[in-house]
Amino acid sequence: MNIVENFDLFAPRLINKQELFSSGHRACSGCAEVLAVRLMCKALGENTVIASATGCMEIVSSMFPTTAWRVPWIHVAFENAAAVASGVEAGLKALQKKGKIDGRYIKVVGMAGDGGTMDIGFQALSGAMERGHDMIYVCFDNEAYMNTGIQRSSGTPMGASTTTAPAGKVSIGQKTWKKNMPEIMVAHEIPYVATVCTSYPLDFIRKLEKARNIKGPSYIHCFSVCPTGWRSPSHTAISMGRLAVETGVFPLYEVENGHYRMSPDMPKKPRPIRDYFKSQGRFRHLTDADIDMIQNRVNKEFQKLVEKTKYLKTGNE
Amino acid sequence: MGKRVGLEVTVAVAEAVALCRIDMAGVYPITPQSHIAEHLSSLVADGTLEAEFVTVESEHSAMSAVIGASATGARAYTATASQGLLLMNELLPIASAMRLPICMAIANRAVSGPLNILNDHSDIMPQRDTGWISLFVENSQEAVDLSIQAFKIAEHKDVMLPVNVNIDGFQLTHMVEPVELPTQEEVDEFLPPLTPHATLHPAKPVTMGAFSMSDYFTEIMKAKDEVIKNSKKIVLEVWDEWGKKFGRHYKPVESYRADDADILMLTMGSMGETAKIAIDELRQKGVKAGLLKLRLWRPFPFEEIREALKNAKTLIVTDRAVSFGGPGGPVFSEIKSALFAGKHHPAIYNYIIGLGGRDVAVRDFVGMFEKILSDKDQKAKDTYEFWGVRE
Amino acid sequence: MALKSWKELPIGCVVSEPGSASEYHTGSWRSQRPIWDNAKCIKCGICYVFCPEGCVQQTEDGFFQANMDYCKGCGICAHECWPRAIKMVEEG
Ligand SMILES: Cc1ncc(C[n+]2csc(CCOP(=O)(O)OP(=O)(O)O)c2C)c(N)n1
Ligand code: SF4
Ligand code: SF4
Ligand code: SF4
Ligand SMILES: [Mg+2]
Repeated sequence: MNIVENFDLFAPRLINKQELFSSGHRACSGCAEVLAVRLMCKALGENTVIASATGCMEIVSSMFPTTAWRVPWIHVAFENAAAVASGVEAGLKALQKKGKIDGRYIKVVGMAGDGGTMDIGFQALSGAMERGHDMIYVCFDNEAYMNTGIQRSSGTPMGASTTTAPAGKVSIGQKTWKKNMPEIMVAHEIPYVATVCTSYPLDFIRKLEKARNIKGPSYIHCFSVCPTGWRSPSHTAISMGRLAVETGVFPLYEVENGHYRMSPDMPKKPRPIRDYFKSQGRFRHLTDADIDMIQNRVNKEFQKLVEKTKYLKTGNE
Repeated sequence: MGKRVGLEVTVAVAEAVALCRIDMAGVYPITPQSHIAEHLSSLVADGTLEAEFVTVESEHSAMSAVIGASATGARAYTATASQGLLLMNELLPIASAMRLPICMAIANRAVSGPLNILNDHSDIMPQRDTGWISLFVENSQEAVDLSIQAFKIAEHKDVMLPVNVNIDGFQLTHMVEPVELPTQEEVDEFLPPLTPHATLHPAKPVTMGAFSMSDYFTEIMKAKDEVIKNSKKIVLEVWDEWGKKFGRHYKPVESYRADDADILMLTMGSMGETAKIAIDELRQKGVKAGLLKLRLWRPFPFEEIREALKNAKTLIVTDRAVSFGGPGGPVFSEIKSALFAGKHHPAIYNYIIGLGGRDVAVRDFVGMFEKILSDKDQKAKDTYEFWGVRE
Repeated sequence: MALKSWKELPIGCVVSEPGSASEYHTGSWRSQRPIWDNAKCIKCGICYVFCPEGCVQQTEDGFFQANMDYCKGCGICAHECWPRAIKMVEEG
């Protein structure tokens, strides 16, 4: 399958030209997380206000007295992006109702890494989603606490070596399965949940645009390749994301009002996960048996998702 | 003229805050604060107060949400106590660093452990250095007045800092007393609409909460220290204006029969009321006793303290919190450092009183004076004691 | 740029110049640079879309080039360009 085929020719014409996230940011060379931020801004446009958690994207974008942001942006702390976003949404709503500011539609966005979402920011996120604020929450999942030096999170996949769950003589590294955050969000019964990856920019942008047009909370889980933390070459960030999707390790799907839909980019039959694991240093220590064990789980999870897309189909009411 | 009504203090505070036409509140329940949250939400529910009431899932999120709302230019309010305040702690210096004029009531309550829901000041004292303006009230009328003044102080263009108003839990929050609530017209006249210094809005995109390295961090801290120090001037102006308008006057340090006193006691919060009665008793016995009440905790009124103590021979500082392994009580150490810089050094004593709701009666205050007066060779000078502790 | 004194800091350290990070030139991080061969380019724009720096721009003739002030030399554009119109060369 060649890239152009599933990509659409002349992509720039379909994509907002405005760079709402400027060059000069300090992300590592080849960082797909920062690319995701750039594409998110393009998809959402200028009538957006972002509340960001502490983490790589915050540090690399806001070195005082400068900023990479061209949309209004606030950072308060690590575990509260969703709560800050709730307050921003409530504040704007009150001021608009009272006619104190113009009435344009502004989308409020909360953003954090996997740590800021799935671990320390979990409660604030659950609260914000449950309250039904009109906001998008985006989790930039690079599968560890990268900003502080590649420590494990509950988003780190089984078998990955990190600095707090390192591989050793008696350890394969991460000993737990990745927390299924999108499913937890689906259980909040919010209108829209979707997984995205920068390797599929049109799918990425379409889903963010959809989230933007939904009145109410939506959750976007963005697979974000981190060459530094994964010990993979910087030029492979996009191809690595594609492999995660093609192997079913990170399936692209969306859940609209409880109805599941697999993205058209998803292969019918996933590739073996070895293809994805082999050029990443964090998996290098795994034995064939370890990989088989993980492959079984990936197969099982993927199959579960396929079943959901069959039986909880969009437009099946 | 406003109407005089008999209200529980929490309800009166919520009414006062509603008169300030807040745009947003984010409050999480905790005893003895919860009635503020409940009454505010009922005012929103019946349409009396046009505001967004965000039913946050924790105090951490309460403070986060009011920070977010305040950053949009909304007038934002919260209230808490004890564990809730400690849970907010991480965010307090961030709110002040961002110069967001958030107002917060603290229904002061002891901090765990062990768990205790009753009054002392161990919740606010650890927040001393977070860059918030911190005020204490003694009675219900003051709770109402300061809740309104807080917004005016916070939102002054030369201040733009968050303000907390400390109201002793239960002792004061749950009292039902007649208070005068100003009218809406009076409050509108006193408190103009908020003019924020920057807002999160696409019309003019700004970045708030940027990351700073050592090249700027010291300058940022210096600027913050200067602005809170200089805010005292505005606090005084606001109190002056309030006094002229409503006839109730406020000062950073208030005194009772202190002018000719040889021996002074200093209290904070609602205990001043009981201490006053003790002073009267002592005066009747011929003791030249007097009382100072510290209202402004941050910025600390160093000059006013020195002025108030300029003739005193002896001072008893009462504290409602302990600085474990430190100098005794936090108020005590502040007063000592205020006096150290001056020329006049009265003999100073410290009693730690009323912890976790322990009752402090008139006879206790009288007892403290008597104990110090009998300390002829000043053995207990510069030390602290847990008043009434069982040995 | 001269560092500001404490008196000159904006209230609350609000940064009111959007996109001012572009003052900082990340091009100095680069050890390799992308070179475009327009003869092979089909103007698909993939290099523009995937550049994490947002530093690939389309020129009037429809071809693409990177702003070397910001290009970190990650090699994504070259790796993703399907007709192989971009190659990475060592910075000399
Ligand atoms: C309360 C608190 N605990 C810990 C930290 C330290 N810290 C800052 S960012 C971070 C990890 C961020 O990881 P993640 O959310 O996955 O974002 P990433 O940097 O990987 O994009 C940690 C542990 C903090 N700033 N605040
Ligand atoms: S550590 Fe990873 S996520 Fe963070 S900036 Fe570097 S590449 Fe991006
Ligand atoms: S990716 Fe290659 S073919 Fe496509 S526009 Fe860029 S240089 Fe041309
Ligand atoms: S090498 Fe990387 S940074 Fe440079 S233009 Fe290509 S994609 Fe952008
Ligand atoms: Mg991470």
